[in-house]
Order: sequence, then structure tokens, then C-alpha cells
Amino acid sequence: MRFSQRHLLGLEELDREEILFLLDTAASFREISEREIKKVPALRGKTVVAAFFEPSTRTRISFEIAAKRLSADFVSLSGTVSSAAKGETLLDTARNLAAMQPDVLVLRHPSAGTPHLLAKHLQCAVVNAGDGCHEHPTQALLDLLTIRERKGRFEGLVVAIVGDILHSRVARSNLFALRTLGAEVRLAGPRTLLPSECAPWAFTTPHLEEAVQGADVVMLLRLQRERQVGNFFPSLEEYSRYYCLEEGHLKLAKPDVMVMHPGPLNRGIEISSAVADGPYSVILDQVANGVAVRMAVLYLLGTGGRRVEAVPTKTQMTAIQRSGRRATR
Amino acid sequence: MSLWIRGGLVIDPANDRELVADLHIVDGRIAALTPPGSAQPQDHDLVIPAESLWVVPGLIDMHVHLREPGYEYKETIATGAAAAVAGGFTAVACMANTMPVNDSAAVTEFILERARIAGLARVYPIGAVSKGLAGRELAEMGEMHRAGIVAVSDDGQPIQDGLLMRRALEYASTFDLPVIAHEEDRALSQGGVMNEGEWSFRLGLPGIPSAAEESMVARDLAILERTGGHLHIAHLSTAGSVELVRAAKRRGLPVTAEVTPHHFTLTEAAVAGYNTQAKMNPPLRTVKDVQAVREGLLDGTIDCIATDHAPHHQDEKLCEFDRAANGIIGLETAVALTLTMAREIGWSRKQMIAALSTNPARILKLPGGTLSVGAPADITLIDPELQWVMGAESSRSRSRNTPFLGYAFRGRAVMTIVEGQIKWRLGG
Repeated sequence: MRFSQRHLLGLEELDREEILFLLDTAASFREISEREIKKVPALRGKTVVAAFFEPSTRTRISFEIAAKRLSADFVSLSGTVSSAAKGETLLDTARNLAAMQPDVLVLRHPSAGTPHLLAKHLQCAVVNAGDGCHEHPTQALLDLLTIRERKGRFEGLVVAIVGDILHSRVARSNLFALRTLGAEVRLAGPRTLLPSECAPWAFTTPHLEEAVQGADVVMLLRLQRERQVGNFFPSLEEYSRYYCLEEGHLKLAKPDVMVMHPGPLNRGIEISSAVADGPYSVILDQVANGVAVRMAVLYLLGTGGRRVEAVPTKTQMTAIQRSGRRATR
Repeated sequence: MSLWIRGGLVIDPANDRELVADLHIVDGRIAALTPPGSAQPQDHDLVIPAESLWVVPGLIDMHVHLREPGYEYKETIATGAAAAVAGGFTAVACMANTMPVNDSAAVTEFILERARIAGLARVYPIGAVSKGLAGRELAEMGEMHRAGIVAVSDDGQPIQDGLLMRRALEYASTFDLPVIAHEEDRALSQGGVMNEGEWSFRLGLPGIPSAAEESMVARDLAILERTGGHLHIAHLSTAGSVELVRAAKRRGLPVTAEVTPHHFTLTEAAVAGYNTQAKMNPPLRTVKDVQAVREGLLDGTIDCIATDHAPHHQDEKLCEFDRAANGIIGLETAVALTLTMAREIGWSRKQMIAALSTNPARILKLPGGTLSVGAPADITLIDPELQWVMGAESSRSRSRNTPFLGYAFRGRAVMTIVEGQIKWRLGG
């Protein structure tokens, strides 16, 4: 198949084949990161610009490592040094960046829909690295890759997503993709953070236990502490009393349950240390998969939706790697 | 010199009549309505053949934003009035949220003077309820009334303080001025940029619940019960609001209401893809709400159609969705959208023209809205079958912010006559 999308704006608009193709491509890239020389020339001569208008360390670094392992030139612009403070519009900033002919623009922005705006007006490929409360597609893809590695499938899996669903782009991206892939999703959190509009996609409940019961995957969301100001819950203490995942909860889940978290962790608020560091936690695998997923996304968009047969097979990958070694020498 | 409009279908809800006739205009007034073919034009008379056209009392849009003074880069009174006549409107009432705010006789007089110079549609200023639209002290309604306002409204800055609303209703009744309310509880709508529902969840955009509008409608109706006066509810958008107004009218409360063409045509789904041309306040709602406002028009709960014509510069729409300006232009698409909707719900021609002309004239106590002999000759000719496409270049407004660009329509105004003078004709 051919990956025909020019941009990665969200997972809601992708079909099953496209998502699985992204995951397959990511899986094939995983081994590069395990090699001694973690670099292939797949995107040599290509430029990736990351524009982050919101604080982020891990996502930006993950994209940077991914780009560099593919030999792309990587430039990053963060909110503090951007022109936004000088009154320039987002579109003008983006057009200025685009005039320097990048191949891929990675955008993180506090307003939902900004990647869509730029995709409409720029020539280069746009990757959504998180837009407001809308989507965070590469995060969900790495979550999906982690799930598939452990479970081998999506159909019939029960996935509980717990926390601030209302404001979570991670929850939305996972929800849309998991539904497309045939998993059953349950959403849990205080009613103030659990919009009733989720109902067409998922079972919703304010009770953590009900969501975890029989679950194959428990996915926790990071609680933004400032939500307390909006009266979404009375105190962090009360929140943690009802929504902090403890070892005891896992007894309700499937015996081979896996616990996920996009990070950074609020230990003792949404996840207990015993769970975070325990045998069911796959949190660090998620981080490792993040690089592979972003390599796949940058590769596919940076090469302009290359045909699947052109994606390096294992043998080709080795050949690419050899040439990479030569280049390094 | 006089004018004959020959052989059109005359629709005159004020006199409850609909007939094919020749209409004679002399000295800016309607002189006679005679059977078709009986016209006896003199040498210098102008004859307008109107066979297959509707001849209706000049349309009146009681809710527009003309942006002057202060925001002339969006619209001026002249460009707004040009868009009005191009859309078939012989009169518009303009909201007070200009800069400076129309909260004084001086600004009211300025607007009227600019409208006189433009010499197109009649322009009726609406004064502010509160000084500077700040929601605290009453503006000088009496002074503005003497200068020519036809209503008061803090549209754009909905009145949060119930006591101020009470005082406004009481005080405005001294001058027989309706209080036009943009109903919105700002605490409930806080941060919202579209309807709260399925689409706000999918798009990750903060929502404005229906309750933000309905709770304020309920509050103001309860106040109205005590104060009397005249409450006119602007741009109703939810099924709950329609039901509240319906019940209030049944109780005999002095309330009237309007709906915009976009609220009876589009749903929240128009926002998909972060289309800032579908961003307005109140937001586009659900299919159920669209049906409810249509039923409200059918049974008379909603008195009139008003466009909330809200011009914005393209840069104010070409940006992040949450930063984009609210509102769309509406003067030139209102007739076509109303005709489309009327065909869908099986609305009578008379009801439709009443909602676009007779009822707004009655609500604001304006001289138009009728084809009675002796009335000012404010007349619109409508071709209900004419097919056309809304193009950016065809608009007379200074702004182009509309979700209807490229829409193919059936029906539009083809001539607009104000006080016996042809102010606009299609292609001419």
C-alpha cells in the first residue's frame, strides 16, 4: 500500500490500514536504535523544523533524535524565541519558516487546529506534535505500537483510559485510533473532566474500579495541577484518593494487564510508585517506541508518501546502515 | 415623475394580501395598487416589468454591525448600506458596539449623518444599554432617543447583571424602546469557542453549552414578567430558548425574538476542519436546534429573521480557531437562505415576508413593512427562481467572512427601492 497522507494532523481521519502501516513502518525502524551506530541516511539532505509554542522536552527531544537517526537536518524553534511575542501571526511565522524550504514541519501549539491551518497554507508536510486539547497522534501511535508488541492485536482488547479526558489530546488520539482498530475503550475520571459527548465512542464511568475491571490495558493521563483552579476537583488529595492507580486495582484487571502513562509522572496523584515501577508498567518501552514512531512519521512524510515496497525491509535496512557506516567513517 | 412596477406578485403581509397587481409609486410613496394591465403610465414614468417577480415591502434587517465609527477597516456605513440594498434590504438597524460605543446622542447623530451621505438603505441606530457597553451604568437612552435610536442593546457584551437588565427594561419603556438582549451567561460560556457537544469533543475545542443561553433567556423573561416593557431576544440558537419564548408568549409577555439565517441553516458540523468562517456567538448548534428554530418560525414563536451581519477583516479569520473573530456577513445571502429554508419547511410567502419586513418594522416601530397606499415606497423585488452563486467578488461589503462562499442558491433580491428611488438592481 501507499501512505497517501501528506500530513499527520490526527488519527481520527486515518483508516485502519493507514494506522497499521504507520505501526509496521515504526516497528521496522526500531532496530536502528538498538544498533551500535544509530544512524541511517534515509532522510539525508532533508530538513525537519520543529516549532514548539508550548513547553515540551520529551516530545521535542524524541522528534530530534528520530530526525537525526534518519540523517535529517533538524532545527527547532521554541515558544520563548519565536516571533509570537513580537506580534507576528502564527501563519506569518510559519510562512517565514516555510520560505526556508523545510521538508517537514513539526508543530506543537496550545490552540487546537493550528496544524490544520498550516497544512492548508504551506507546501511542506505538517506533523501535529500536540494541538491544544485536540490530538497528539505520535503519542498515540507509540502507545499503539507498545500495545501491539505486548498483545499482538487490537480487536477485542479492553483499554481503560483514566484521568482528565476533557482536556487530553492523548486520550482523544488513542480513543479514535483504538476504536478504528476494533478495541473496546472505557473512559474514567471525575464527571467534570469526562464529557458526556464521549458516549458514542466509549463507555464512561466516574469509578476507576469499573473501568479497570477485566481491562487488558490501563492508560493513565497526566493530571494538570492547574485544573484544580477551574474547580474541576476540590483538591489533589481527593483526586488521588479516587483516581490514583494502586496495585490493588490491578487485581481487578486481566492477569497480563499493562499499565501505560505518557509522562511526565505525577507520582502519588494519578499513579502510585509501586505501579509505575512495578512489573505491569511499560512506561519506558513507550518512550523507546516514541523514537521509532517519529522516525516512521518523518520518513513517510519526508519522502512524500513513498510506496510500501520502498520502505526498507530488514535486509535493505542493513544495507542502508552499512552505507551509513561508510558515511560516518 | 412616477414609477410603475408592472405585473408582479404583490405580497403584503401587513394587509394580509397576496395578488398579481401593478403598483404605482408617486413622490416616494405608494400611490395605488391596480389590477394587472390597468397601469396607465405617462410619458416620463418609469415602468419596471415585474412579471414572475415578487413585489414585497422593503426588507428590514434589525440586527447588523456596520463597524463605523472605529472599525472602518471591517466595514463602513456606506459599504454596509451598499451590501444591504444588494441583499434586498431597504433598512437596517445597527448595533452599538462601535468605537466609540453608540452610547451618546453625538454618536447616534454621526451614524445618521453618515447614512444620509451614503444615501442607500435607511440606517436606524441602536443605542447602548450601558455606558461603554461596560454593563454598569445606564447610557443616556432619552438623549439617544431624541437623536434617533430605535432600540437599546449591549449586543456583543451580554448583560450579566440582572439588576441592570431590570433597570434597562423599566427605563427604556419610558421611551417605548425595545431592549434587545444577547442572551449569554459569560460564566457558563467562559473560554468556549463553539457549541458544546459532539463536535467540540472531537475537535478538542472548548464548548459553549446551550445552558449559557437558556439560563439567561429564562432570567430575562422572569424579570420581564415583573417589569413589563419590551424584551427582544437576539439570535436565538437553541431548542430550549425557543421553548422558553413560546411559553412566555403564551403567558402574554411582551417578548419578541429573532433568528439568523446561519442558525436555521447550519449546524456545529460546519466547524469541522477548524473552519473559522463557522465561528460565531451564539455558536452554530445541533440538528435538533436547527429544527427547533425552524418550528419557532413556523408557529410564530420567532418573529423575524435578522442577519447579525458581522464583517471582519480576513486576518481576523485567518488564524488559530480560538483566536478568530466571531461572526459572519449576512446581508447578501439572507434572502436566498430564507427562501431555501422556506421551501424545506413549507413556509408560506406571506409568513416569510412578514419575518423579513413587516415584523421587524412592527418591533422597532418603523415606517416600512407595508405596501399600504400612502406608505413610503420602500420595496424589494425578488426573483424566487433565479440561480446564482455567492462569489467573493460579488459582495458589496468590505469584508468577505462568510461560510457561504461558493454556495449555489435559488432565489434572490433583484431590485431595491427606497422611498421611490431605485437604490440597487441586479446587474445594473
